[in-house]
Order: sequence, then structure tokens, then C-alpha cells
Amino acid sequence: MSVDATLSFEEAMEKYDPVLGFEVHVELNTKTKMFSSAPNVFGDEPNTNVNEVDLGMPGVLPVVNKTAVESSIKIGLALNCKIAETCRFARKNYFYPDTPKNFQTSQYDEPIAYDGYLDIELEDGTVFRVEIERAHMEEDAGKLTHMGGAAGRIQGADYSLVDYNRSGVPLVEIVTKPIEGAGSRAPELAKAYVAAVREIVKNLGVSDAKMERGNVRCDANVSLRPHGRERFGIRSETKNVNSLRAVEHAVRYEIQRHAAVLDSGEPVIQETRHWHEDTRSTTSGRPKSDADDYRYFPEPDLVPVVASREWVEELRATLPEPPAERRKRLKEAWGYSDLEFRDVVNAGVMDSIEETIAAGASADVARKWWMGEIVGRAKVADVDPSELGVTPQVIVELNKLVEDGKINNKMATQVLDGVLAGEGTPAEIVEKRGLAVVSDDGPLLEAIDAALAAQPDVAEKIRGGKVQAIGAIVGGVMKATRGQADAGRVRELILEKLGVQG
Amino acid sequence: MTELKNELIRHSAADLAAKLAAREVTAVEVTQAHLDRIADVDGQVNAFLHVNSEEALAVAAEVDAARAAGGSAAEELHALAGVPIAVKDLIVTIGQPTTAGSKILEGWHSPYDATVVKKLRAAKMPILGKTNLDEFAMGSSTEHSAYGPTRNPWDLDRIPGGSGGGSAAAVAAFEAPLALGTDTGGSIRQPGAVTGTVGVKPTYGAVSRYGAIAMASSLDQIGPVSRTVLDSALLQEVIGGHDPFDSTSLTDPFNNLVDAARVGNVAGMKIGIIKELHGEGYQAGVENRFNESLQLLKDAGAEIVEVSCPNLKYALGAYYLIMPSEVSSNLAKFDGVRFGLRVLPKDGPMTIERVMGATRAAGFGDEVKRRIILGTYALSAGYYDAYYGSAQKVRTLIQRDFDAAFAKADVLISPTAPTTAFKLGEKLNDPLAMYLNDVATIPANLAGIPGLSLPGGLADEDGLPVGIQLLAPARQDARLYRVGAVLESILEEKWGGPMLAQAPDLKNAVLGAVANTAGGSN
Repeated sequence: MSVDATLSFEEAMEKYDPVLGFEVHVELNTKTKMFSSAPNVFGDEPNTNVNEVDLGMPGVLPVVNKTAVESSIKIGLALNCKIAETCRFARKNYFYPDTPKNFQTSQYDEPIAYDGYLDIELEDGTVFRVEIERAHMEEDAGKLTHMGGAAGRIQGADYSLVDYNRSGVPLVEIVTKPIEGAGSRAPELAKAYVAAVREIVKNLGVSDAKMERGNVRCDANVSLRPHGRERFGIRSETKNVNSLRAVEHAVRYEIQRHAAVLDSGEPVIQETRHWHEDTRSTTSGRPKSDADDYRYFPEPDLVPVVASREWVEELRATLPEPPAERRKRLKEAWGYSDLEFRDVVNAGVMDSIEETIAAGASADVARKWWMGEIVGRAKVADVDPSELGVTPQVIVELNKLVEDGKINNKMATQVLDGVLAGEGTPAEIVEKRGLAVVSDDGPLLEAIDAALAAQPDVAEKIRGGKVQAIGAIVGGVMKATRGQADAGRVRELILEKLGVQG
Repeated sequence: MTELKNELIRHSAADLAAKLAAREVTAVEVTQAHLDRIADVDGQVNAFLHVNSEEALAVAAEVDAARAAGGSAAEELHALAGVPIAVKDLIVTIGQPTTAGSKILEGWHSPYDATVVKKLRAAKMPILGKTNLDEFAMGSSTEHSAYGPTRNPWDLDRIPGGSGGGSAAAVAAFEAPLALGTDTGGSIRQPGAVTGTVGVKPTYGAVSRYGAIAMASSLDQIGPVSRTVLDSALLQEVIGGHDPFDSTSLTDPFNNLVDAARVGNVAGMKIGIIKELHGEGYQAGVENRFNESLQLLKDAGAEIVEVSCPNLKYALGAYYLIMPSEVSSNLAKFDGVRFGLRVLPKDGPMTIERVMGATRAAGFGDEVKRRIILGTYALSAGYYDAYYGSAQKVRTLIQRDFDAAFAKADVLISPTAPTTAFKLGEKLNDPLAMYLNDVATIPANLAGIPGLSLPGGLADEDGLPVGIQLLAPARQDARLYRVGAVLESILEEKWGGPMLAQAPDLKNAVLGAVANTAGGSN
């Protein structure tokens, strides 16, 4: 496996203009498969979620999963596509053991959704429109594991294992039109586009959208042309780039590799490429030409799918708010700064904050708790913040305890730990742990006297008007009361005692 | 005892059902009589690839037990409960092998039942066994079976038609009162014609295809094979109806078929002769019997009109593009990877492609390979529009021709096949001559309309059966049964009994020869 030459990204951009294209496969989370009643479940024992249809036994026939069609229409609508009134499936014929029938049932010239677009917001707020050519339905293939050969490829393998659990899982393939004009932002756009698609299908509830499980898979097409030239260059297709970061890296790498090939005066080879996360580079797959002959013809075992306008409108009415619009609305409503909001989104706690606000907390309080306390604990526990076990009600209750002066902030974090340890509600934990703020001034005054006596020079400064020095005395009181004093009240009492205006 | 059995096997399914219901005879007796007949004559006929004695007798015993118990157990029995049936070996069955007549499926057992088989089981009809066919139903003579040809009970040197020669011969030889066939271009009707039996291709979608190993999905249809028109109507009512496992199955039921077979008159019905489907190219004896039937229908009060379907001249050509195209894709799954035969290449590298290639080279016969190659070519990029695309347009034109014809006539009529049964081997090396046998049956498959073939008498020149084909508009299968039953009854009156009564005494003819034959592949 030779290492391909590359140009630096900057040099590549100086000389060439990249054109991108994406095919994103989305696995739908329907209960059953695209054409059979076998369960659509990830991760089970190999070849257990199959029936005679998935195994392509002699005599079987496919039946279209209506929920999969519904999900496909929803995806089409969310991508601003037109929905075909009638469309057909076709057979894509090729001999390979991952498809038990030796053809894949897919849509060919009649996709269910076509002519859409998606507005992609880049990090700096620039909006880039990606045109969607089509979104079509098809079935997933089985999973092959090649044993004994080099690099897990079928070539040179001693034998191969086939798991047909994935065979027949419903897929929607979303194909963009060629994306021009991204320039040096092409890698960033690539990542943002796939992230947006992933977010949309997750938001629609039609896919589990976990890239690491292959629920969302991206094939990235890249070609370069000299600046100013209209005709596209020859493209490569990097298959199954299965994380957002990898999408960005693969596009960047292919741009650099193409540039080096073109600089050497050679033509780019039209082929598929394999992405390698370890070396962050691609290697040559199989040659792919437009002349690949899959002998498509309309699937004679299925009748056309009819999507009546009434049905489409019914589905449109059920669509959730698009994620980008929702973000914009929430950011305004909450009054967060750009940075604050981005941190919230990146930390994955936007939904939790929304729920917490709905439960009665202010936007700032919700953010303080989620970003300040819960995200960090979730990181330690290695779970999603929303899965840590903190409900919006807990936060509202905690905050009320603080606002009512029953506990202070420091105690509140201890109460939170108690909640996470399963010790009960915040009020119960305050009770059990004896965490009430000391509100009887008697013990406080004693502690204050002791603290002032211990630091006479500081007391003198305060008397002299340097009120900011009060922290040292407050600290001493808090220490003496093991944190159970209300720091605000301590401050008031100190100032009172020293006869100074706060 | 022998005479009693001999009598039992000669009864129609309807008569057997009546005798069973009246408890004049038991289902075990009826089933055993047919199993005995198979044992006696199938060494010569080779209609069966597998005989299912044990299970058939067990089902028959269940029926007898239910009848003996009386009450609701007896009342819930289907009218055909205990009437045995043979199943074409293209239809999958649990507990019996399914070969499709091919080496590539030798020894394969299906893990599931075809929908029609489930229905037979629900009706408690004992399944006698699986019948021979041209490999994957490709042929018109059953000579393309990998398990040896079936012979025509009228003349053991002649073909029983195809692809369903096994089902037709089994019924003609009194080995079974009923059988299931599949019809893609005439595979039920043409064997019916040349064996003197009744065969029906229902409207496309009337009977579920789930579990019939696909040859050409848009043309295949399962249908009944019997000795009387009424029996076919009874059987189609058992196997028909919507099936959620077959998207192409019709959702609106039409189960007035038995009633239609009992209407008993054709007065005022318009029966259309298709100008393009008789005359030149048709054997004189076939033409004579056809004309005789027309006259009889006219005498019975039907109005005979002539219709023209000018695009039928393109039917055979369109069929031989659409059918092999679908075949090339449907048969791709037979690759040695998951089930059936696996053949390793003799030398050279052991790659998946080469194992698939070696398996398919060894497992498929010449006719199957011919059609796979033809279809692969027809679907290839650059040829698709010219071949598959044009053929689909022809198909639409033929459908329109039929629409126009049915505006003028309730039912259309033609000979089922241009000739009587030809000799074994006669057309084996001339595929085009073989294909021409289906010229009159193919149009119904292309149009999706129902067709029925019934015995029309014996040709003067060779004394062999001639079939009369009736065609009706889609969903109007009942018309076929009405007209077919009337024509059958007039003809039988003329002949003084069923036409099969004139068939040679197979058992006596065979007895001397049994010792010298290997005896099929049962």
C-alpha cells in the first residue's frame, strides 16, 4: 500500500476549486425491516433477526414497510423536497454475498423525495445552501467479516462470515447535487452538512442517528478543478466515513491528494476510496465508472408506492420544528451570548435546559446548573448529561432552597451529590445531612467575634473603609461554622458590628 | 378391492367430496387409492418427484377422525377436506423437498410453506407429493427437468406439455384428482390441453405467489389443475384471496367461481374468436375441434363474434424479453452461498465469484442458462430501452387490444396450443419451435387476464387431446368457469362421458414394462 503524495491544504486551495457531493445513508429505526416482518434491531447475535425473506430463500416476496415510507416522506419534507405522488422500487443486480438475493431492492429513477435543499450554518454564522438531488428508499445489505486475510478485505481472505441481521434494514439515501463554491471551507461544510442531516433525522425520531453504529453513514465525493473552470474534475468517492470529524478530515485529505495528482499532470482516477482513521488518509478501493452496469429494472414483486397529497400533508403537520430554527428561537428567548449558547449546544444540554426552564427555573439558573455542575459530573461518569439522573424538578427545587436562604450554593452542590447518590429529594437530603444554613445570629456573632479577634489588622482595614477586605473575615466565619452559615448574612453582621456601611 | 380403488381414483374431486361428506368412503381410503395408483403407474409416467405417503395418510386420518367425531369438528371441515392433491415442485412445502426440477436445489427443504400450501393444509387436503416440471418452469414439454421427463398418459412416447407436465399427467393418469400448477406463459393450460385435462391460470394477483419459486414475477400465477371445470373452480376458491405476504395479490375477493361453474347456460353471452389465434400455424385436427366447439356454443345460445388483437403478433417477442429479464434477476440467488448445491472450481483460485460460477455452471440446465444469458443481455445498460423498455410497451398495447376485444365479447376463445402433444425429443434441440407452442397462451400472462383450458376432443389425424382456451377480463374468472362448464357438459354429452375415458388403459400398458425401468425419482 503506497502512500499517496499530498499538497498542503493552503497550496491546494490556491490552485484549485473543490466540488463536493454527499451520499448519506440513514438507517431507519422502524420496528421491522424494509420488506419483511423480521425485527430491525442492532447488536443481536448474528443471523437471529432474519426470516426467509431476509435470507432470500426461494419463493419469498417483499412487502413494503409502511412506517418506513412514512419516515422517508418525513425526511424528504424536512429536507424541503418534493414528494413523488407515485414511485417505484427497482432491482440493482450484482453478485455479492452481502445481498442474499444477489440484487438490492432500491429506488432508481423514481425516488420518493427529490429537489430539496438544506441551509447549513457554519461556525461563524455563515449560511450555505446545499441542494438535495433526491432521497430514496432502499434496503441495507448484510455485514461481511473477512477472516484471515490482510486488512479485513475479501481479497486474500481465508473465509468470510455473513451476518444478515442488517440485511433488509430500511435505509434512506440522501444525495446532494454537486456543491460548488465552498472553497477552503469545504471540509468544515462537509462536517456541518452531515451533522445537520444527522440532527434532522434524530429530531424527526426516524433514526437512532448513531454514527458509531452505522445508523448514519457518509460517502464523500470530492473533485477539484482549476479556479475559473466550469467543468467538474474527476471525482473520488470516499466510502463509509463514519464520524463527523472523519468527514471533515477525509474531505481535507482528498482535496490535498487530488491537488498533488493534478499537479503531477496525471488524471485523477475515478474510484472509491477507503478512509483510515489511524493514518487519516484514504487508500484506493475499486474503480468506479459511470458505466457500472447494475441492470436496474422496476421491481416486479412490488406495486408502486402511492403517497396521496392528503397523507403527505398529514405527515407534514406532524413534523417537529427544524433544529436550526429551534436553536435560533431558544437562543433569543434565553438571552444567552453566542459563546454561551454554543457551549450549551456542544455540551448537549440544550434540551435539558429547555425542560428545566419549562419546569420553572430561569434561563440563567438552568444554564448555571447544567453547565456548571452537571456537565462536569456527567463527564466523570462518562454518560450523557441528560442520562445522569438529574431531573428538571431537582434543579428547580435546589434553586428554590438556595433562593429561600435555606441552603447556600456550596451546600446545594452537596445536595446534588446526594440526589445522584440516590439519597432522596433535595429537601430530604438537606434534612438527612443536616445541611440547613445557620440562621440563628447568636452562634454567628460568636464566630464573628472570634474571627475579628484572630485578624485584628483586617478588622482595622475594614473599619478604615476597605470593605473589600471583608472576605478574609467571612472566610474565617464560614470555616468556623463548617460552611453552614449564610455568607450574605455573615457579611451583614460583620459590617453592622464594625459600624461600616456596606 | 382393486376395482373399488380403480373406481375411487376415477371420481372427480367434487364427487369424492360428496362421498366423503356422506361417509360412503373414508379419506384414508381415497388417499391410499391414489398412492396405490402412483405406485402402479408412476414408474412409467414420472409425474412425481417426491411422494408424501406418510403425511398424506396422516392428514386423511385426521379428516376421518373429525368426521367420525361428528358435531362441530365435522361441521368445520372444508368441503374438500380429505380430497388429495398433488403440488407442482416449484411451490415450497415444509416436510418435503422442493427442487424446482433443478439440480441446483437437489435435497433442499424449505423452512416455510407457500401461502397456497398453508391453505391446502388448513382445508386438510392430503398432499400426495410434488410433481415434475421443466427446470424452474422453463419449457413446454417437461423435458427440461433435471430429473427426467414426464410422459403423456395418452402416449408414453409423447410429451405431457410443460412446464407443468407433472401436474397435468398426474391428474390425467388418475394419480391425483387435483393438482397445483404455475403458469408464466401457459405452463398450466398447455399441459392441460395436451393431456386432456382442465387447467386454469387465474387473474394475475388472484392467488398468492408467496412460496412459488419465481420464474418471471410479473407473469407467474399459481392455478388449479383438474379433470373437470367444477373441480378447478372448487380448488381456486381454496387457494385464492388476498395475501399480505404478496403485494401484488388483489385485495378484492371474487369467490363466486363454483356458483358460476354451476350456472349451466351461456344463452346471450358473446364469445369472441380471436382472429390472430387460430388458422395458419395450427394443426388441422386442432382447428377442427376448435370449430366444432364454436358450433356447439352457438347451438347452446351463445353469440359468436370475431375480434382482432393485432398486437398479439408481438406477444411472443415481448414475452421472450420480459420473462428472461426477470428470470436473470430472480435466479441470481441460486449461487451456492446459502442453500442448495455448492460446487467448488476444479482448479485455480478459490474465490467467491469462481464458486458461484462453478455452482451455477453445474446446477443449471441449458434452457435455464439460455434464458439467464438472454435476460442479462436485455437488461444491460444501453440495451434496456430497446429490449425491456420496448417489450413493456408491447405489453401495454396487448392489454389495450384485450380491452377493446372485451368491449365486444364477454369471453374470448382460441385453441390452447397450436398442436397436439409432440414426441419426446422432437423439439428439444429447437428452442424456437418449442417456444411457439405457447403462442396462444402467452398473451393472457402479458395482459394479466385469466385463462382456462379444457378438453375439446381428439384430433382426427393422431387421436390426441386438443385443448380449448377461454379468456376473460381481469377479475372475471367466473365467466371462464361458467362458459367452460357448459362447453364441457355439451362435449361430454356428445362423447358419452369424460374424454379421459377414451385414454388408453395405462395400467395394463405399463404393467409389462415396469420391471425394465428405473422408475422415476420417487
